[in-house]
Amino acid sequence: MVSRVFIGCGAGFAGDRTDAAIPVVRALAECDGPRYIIYETLAERTLALAQVARRSSSGPGYNPVLDNFIRPILRDCLAAGIKIVGNFGAANPRAAAHRIAELARELGCGPLKIAFVEGDDITSRLSPAEFAQREVGGQLLAGHPEIVAANVYLGAEPIAEALAQGADVVATGRVADPSLVLGPLLHSFGWPLEDLDRIAAGTLAGHLLECGAQLTGGYFADPGYKDVPGMDNIGYPIAEIDADGCVVVGKPAGTGGLVDRRTVTEQLLYEIHDPAAYLTPDVVLDITDVEIEEIGENRVRVTGARGHPKPEKLKATVCIDGGFLAEAEISYAGPNAAARARLAIDTVRKRVARQVPQLTLRADAIGVMSVHADLAGEAAREAWLRAPDDIRVRFAAQFPDTETAEILLGEVEALYCAGPAGGAGLRRHITPRLLSASCLIERDLVTPTVSLLQGTP
Amino acid sequence: MSDFVEVPLHRIAYARSGDKGNRLNIALIAAAPHYYQTIAEQVTESRVAAVFASRRPTRVVRYDLPKVAAFNFVLDDVLEGGVNSSLGLDGHGKSLSYLLLAALIRVSRDLLEGGGNSMGSNAEVLGSEPPSQR
Repeated sequence: MVSRVFIGCGAGFAGDRTDAAIPVVRALAECDGPRYIIYETLAERTLALAQVARRSSSGPGYNPVLDNFIRPILRDCLAAGIKIVGNFGAANPRAAAHRIAELARELGCGPLKIAFVEGDDITSRLSPAEFAQREVGGQLLAGHPEIVAANVYLGAEPIAEALAQGADVVATGRVADPSLVLGPLLHSFGWPLEDLDRIAAGTLAGHLLECGAQLTGGYFADPGYKDVPGMDNIGYPIAEIDADGCVVVGKPAGTGGLVDRRTVTEQLLYEIHDPAAYLTPDVVLDITDVEIEEIGENRVRVTGARGHPKPEKLKATVCIDGGFLAEAEISYAGPNAAARARLAIDTVRKRVARQVPQLTLRADAIGVMSVHADLAGEAAREAWLRAPDDIRVRFAAQFPDTETAEILLGEVEALYCAGPAGGAGLRRHITPRLLSASCLIERDLVTPTVSLLQGTP
Repeated sequence: MSDFVEVPLHRIAYARSGDKGNRLNIALIAAAPHYYQTIAEQVTESRVAAVFASRRPTRVVRYDLPKVAAFNFVLDDVLEGGVNSSLGLDGHGKSLSYLLLAALIRVSRDLLEGGGNSMGSNAEVLGSEPPSQR
């Protein structure tokens, strides 16, 4: 009978630190009981881009950062019996499993079992019209555009099933982030799915862990107000979960970062809407009565999660083509910089409007107001009155194709010779975009499958 | 000398924002539990809607979590389309937690100077002057 499970997080997003897992694995190796390390590397956009790459054969379909995350820890995890669970399979979990097998060979690891979970990709399961009928919170699909990618959020059960089959590594595509943690707990504790409060506790542990350093002082530090030691070496989180659902979070010894009431509270509410109803495929999590208690240095106990029956339908993210975002920047500094920056904006607006009359063109003045500004420039109006003398003007607009995007980029570039005095430091980017809608999908349209890679060394 | 001082919310609270499509949530957490009531009274849904007026919120809801001395604000349609559609630099709205923390709040001087109870490890940073002026 297992009484305690240890789960660490090696990455909270695809761009995360690739050396963060090393101390986590080292600490887990010292723990007594079932141990897991999870990786959450699949933002909405990451998956859709992987789908595009897979279909055009320009990429493997799994997330290529997989190598950077797995290589440093695979051998040590296998040696210590720490299981690895990650959604790095992206649009092609099977290919990710094969890549992990290759890595294991390259690293000279012994035999291992690699499982992959499929069934989240429902792109070809429904027609554009059928997706449109199931869209919630918008009308993006109303005109039945071509679907680039449609992936449903799977739950914890296929992960638990993969572990029951003896997997050392589980590669999934889209699963709900907290399910990466709940799956191992279902497997180790054998919690029945009807035990809603335990399922809720496991989901809460997953919610806290899945953003990595955001639990342990990352995305928290605010010097003089919220100081965090060792930001250059933050320890990623490890949770100890008891069979009764009690969760204690901490971090590896000898690392930087901070785990206290404040860091845990910030992450508790991260991306939550109604705290009484956080929807996952496994349970509706209610955190309104959660209590957070500091029980030691960098050790915090979290209790009081409640569960309600899981939602009837599953959420899917459905992506369609979103054209191109064109951005160009140019700087003005020194005496009268604000007036010259405003003249540059006025000039580009007039010239672009002649060529693309209906275009929505955004212009921000970095240094005056940028990320807190709005499209209409309303909030920035007052800020212009006390503008600094070093301003970077940023133009942005959306275009259906790269040829028309060039109109904006060309006009900003032309400011070099034909614009106000002293324009400098031009940069320009074109980024392909995807638009995403949410759909609610009947559970019987979704069939998760678990496979073990055959013929691994 | 007034019994109250006006300070940025940043002095007595902290915040983290997250996005889902065109909807933003901001968790606002009292820096010490004894600030909870002051925040509850002044940082209302309508006050937050006013702070974000230029983003034209269609709905603002506040959820109260007294057990963790926190509030969760959910603001609909403030992300100019969200990360996949916004023309802005911060389509996620990640920086908007600090737009809320810039709002001014009236706090009793006693509370700010260490009144209240169970200040715990936060007492030091909650002194009467911001660190830059010490």
